[in-house]
Amino acid sequence: MNSFLLTNATLPGGSASDILIVDGRFAQVAPNLALSQDGTARVLDLTGCVLLPGFVDLHTHLREPGREDAETVASGSRAGAKGGFTALSAMANTFPVADTAGVVEQVFRLGKLCGLLDVFPIGAVTQGIAGKHLAELGAMADSAAHVRVFSDDGNCVFDPMVMRRALEYVKQFGGVIAQHAQEPTLTQGAQMNEGIVSSRLGLKGWPAVAEEAIIARDVLLADHVQSRVHICHLTTAGGVEIVRWAKARGIQVSAEVTPHHLLLTDEKAISFDPIYKVNPPLRTHSDVMALREGLADGTIDIVATDHAPHPNENKECEWQEAAFGMLGLETAYSILQATMIDTKLMGWSDLADRMSTAPARIGGYSQQGQGLTVGGPAHLVAVNPHKSWTVDRDLLQSRSRNTPYHGIELPGQVVATFFNGIPTLLEGELTTEVSAHG
Amino acid sequence: MSVALPAVDIARALTRISHEILEKNNGSASIVLLGIPTRGAHLAQRIAATIAAIEGTPVSVGTLDITLHRDDLRMRPPRPLMTTMIPASGIEGMNVVLIDDVLYSGRTIRAALDALGEVGRPKTVQLAVLVDRGHRQLPIRADFVGKNLPTSINQSVRVHVVEIDGVDEVLIANEGEVR
Amino acid sequence: MKHLLSISDLSHGDALSILDTAHEMARVSSSSVKKLPTLRGRTIVNLFLEDSTRTRISFEAAAKRLSADVINFSAKGSSVSKGESLKDTAQTLQAMGADAVIIRHSASGSAQWLADSHWMSGIVINAGDGTHEHPTQALLDAFTIRRHLGAGSGDLQGLTIAIVGDVLHSRVARSNVLLLSLLGASVVLVAPPTLLPVGVESWPARVSYDFDSVLPEVDAVMMLRVQQERMNDYFFPTAREYSHYFGLNRDRLALMKRSAIIMHPGPMNRGLEITAECADSARSVIVEQVTNGVSVRMAVLYLLLAGLPTEFGGVDA
Repeated sequence: MNSFLLTNATLPGGSASDILIVDGRFAQVAPNLALSQDGTARVLDLTGCVLLPGFVDLHTHLREPGREDAETVASGSRAGAKGGFTALSAMANTFPVADTAGVVEQVFRLGKLCGLLDVFPIGAVTQGIAGKHLAELGAMADSAAHVRVFSDDGNCVFDPMVMRRALEYVKQFGGVIAQHAQEPTLTQGAQMNEGIVSSRLGLKGWPAVAEEAIIARDVLLADHVQSRVHICHLTTAGGVEIVRWAKARGIQVSAEVTPHHLLLTDEKAISFDPIYKVNPPLRTHSDVMALREGLADGTIDIVATDHAPHPNENKECEWQEAAFGMLGLETAYSILQATMIDTKLMGWSDLADRMSTAPARIGGYSQQGQGLTVGGPAHLVAVNPHKSWTVDRDLLQSRSRNTPYHGIELPGQVVATFFNGIPTLLEGELTTEVSAHG
Repeated sequence: MSVALPAVDIARALTRISHEILEKNNGSASIVLLGIPTRGAHLAQRIAATIAAIEGTPVSVGTLDITLHRDDLRMRPPRPLMTTMIPASGIEGMNVVLIDDVLYSGRTIRAALDALGEVGRPKTVQLAVLVDRGHRQLPIRADFVGKNLPTSINQSVRVHVVEIDGVDEVLIANEGEVR
Repeated sequence: MKHLLSISDLSHGDALSILDTAHEMARVSSSSVKKLPTLRGRTIVNLFLEDSTRTRISFEAAAKRLSADVINFSAKGSSVSKGESLKDTAQTLQAMGADAVIIRHSASGSAQWLADSHWMSGIVINAGDGTHEHPTQALLDAFTIRRHLGAGSGDLQGLTIAIVGDVLHSRVARSNVLLLSLLGASVVLVAPPTLLPVGVESWPARVSYDFDSVLPEVDAVMMLRVQQERMNDYFFPTAREYSHYFGLNRDRLALMKRSAIIMHPGPMNRGLEITAECADSARSVIVEQVTNGVSVRMAVLYLLLAGLPTEFGGVDA
């Protein structure tokens, strides 16, 4: 028997409780469990910590296969565990693209092998994420990887007929299309948000309308064919408005926001430091405020990291030459605490929903996002909101260094992560049995 | 800090220098007076006025900024450039009299000679200073001196002129004294 | 200020100090003197990763008149065209002991990026970065305007200057809007809406789509180069239509004040944004802009390189 007793922690609802984990499941959730124990369970004193269901990321770039210099399934899993995640969703834009059962099964198996958390592959919508011909969505759904989320992320499924067919096709197995909303002709060569800052910096603008036009089109298409669409990394106030409108109409749309879009603005580009170059781009302060409001009121369903590792050489160059993207897994919780909890926009239960329950539901991950319920799989994260830490890019678990928070002190620390009742992180450090992997 | 030369002595010295310049150059016809900014330029104007009064005819006068020729540029923050104003008649074949407030290491005058070389080829170059405080670092001497002031290396000499400072005086300060 | 990267780094006093220094440099250069010893022993690298013969030559002349050693490093035939990164190039220049790097690059922000990197400790001077800024061009333009329309000293208070054409893609326009407004001038941007950036309303300048209505009030009109290729990106229908509405020609010349001057940063597209007649007219100061460019660049090199590193504003009397 493998058992852990977590004591003196606070549940998302605010009550103090102990939690007993036995053989990978939550055995008891109640106060003062310590008194009734026989002493075989390993006791962890979590005074000052809040217990949340293990975080589920619906948008992660693990780069394997093809760009193992940037990240691997194993290194990405370690970064995930460090950040409090018990499930990641591996984006399809790898080399080769995850557009066949073979590739998604490979990624799925690599995740299993690592064993730190669940790795759910996302399948490409179109072959080679080229936007022309549908990939074998059925075969990927039927594979061992059991794919339910499909996305050409990195590219927009731009052709409206292709998008329509994809939305229709995935209905047969309850799939969802996760759209990277970016009108390509309006964003050719675009470098940053189009507005006051871009006008001064002389960097080619990326208008909000290029994102919003696709969101508007796709919610209408989803409505028309009665299917599910998920909007990846929403960044604009207008996009929030469209999703809010669509939801009010009963359209099956869900949306995500990244931690960095909840915090950073296009003013960061004034430094011309490509660490802030990301797709979609950092927007304005009023967009950030609208995103926070949308996440708080549920218009935006989930937080997803869009963790996008890149090797140094793709960031140590001129802005326009640099790659888009930034790391997210290991800092996601702290950014959420800073932007949503410490600002009193959301409570812990809301955070549990946006980072665990809702993403698991959208992805169809039945063994994730079950909360801290007795009998359920023991996926759990303990965070200490009172402890701050300073980000050091050289100490990250990710293979890459492209965090925008290097040297910055962030509030809140992930103290422990449990995956299926096994601690992958204890006292803020990856557990030894885990570090041995990959 | 003490006054080494009051206004009345300065006026007397400048008048004497004016007479000496005229005497040495047999009148004012061949003379070009070039003051080294900033205070040397004002002294040059005064000497020019005195000479004009004595001779009854104007004398050529201008300014010569030596900043771009200094050998100590890198030892201090960048200095603003001062005006160089060479009289329209030029200096070719003329007797140029450089005029400065204090002669000390001689480096300013060395730079002035370099700067002058860029402008043209005078017949002679002479030097007039209000104060010679000694401690030369280069083989340079003045032709006309208002006052020889023996100083220690730790002292500093400050010339004030009415046009800039509101008063004519030469001050000597010991090291550490507020100037 | 250690570098010259953007006009936005300059204070009013800094800008005037550069113009005043350029004024003295111009006097020196106009005498028979062609060489001053001021920067003897200093090594300046002209890192030109985008073709611009005129700007490179201007900087080279300025540096040589101040006796600096100049190394020209152009993209053609250099390692950059073979895929070497700017980082490697910067480290190479550092290893060679460059005191200053004058960089011209097609990427916006590359000068600032080079200055902020830890790969090089030398002074960085922006000679044009993408569509961002070209500070020395703006300084030479302001200098030229001051000589003709100001007292030759002080700032540009009370003057109105039109900047006409492809503002969207123009680093010259960006630097000039900042500098001319800093110096107290009123700036009018004249262009079709397609060639003005979104966000231009935040600039310290007014916008007009009607060239003819602006001309009678301006003291200087600065024409920007328009690339014919822009036509293919839908910025305007045809070159003919562009010239008709936004080109400077004989009829428009007649609308200008008698004292108003014509400027162009070059190289010109004669017949597109400006007719040959206007470019060569007595009002045109285009050739003089080139001459002033050397004086202004001498001033910048002097202020940044001659003394101990410090602020422009910290000049020591």
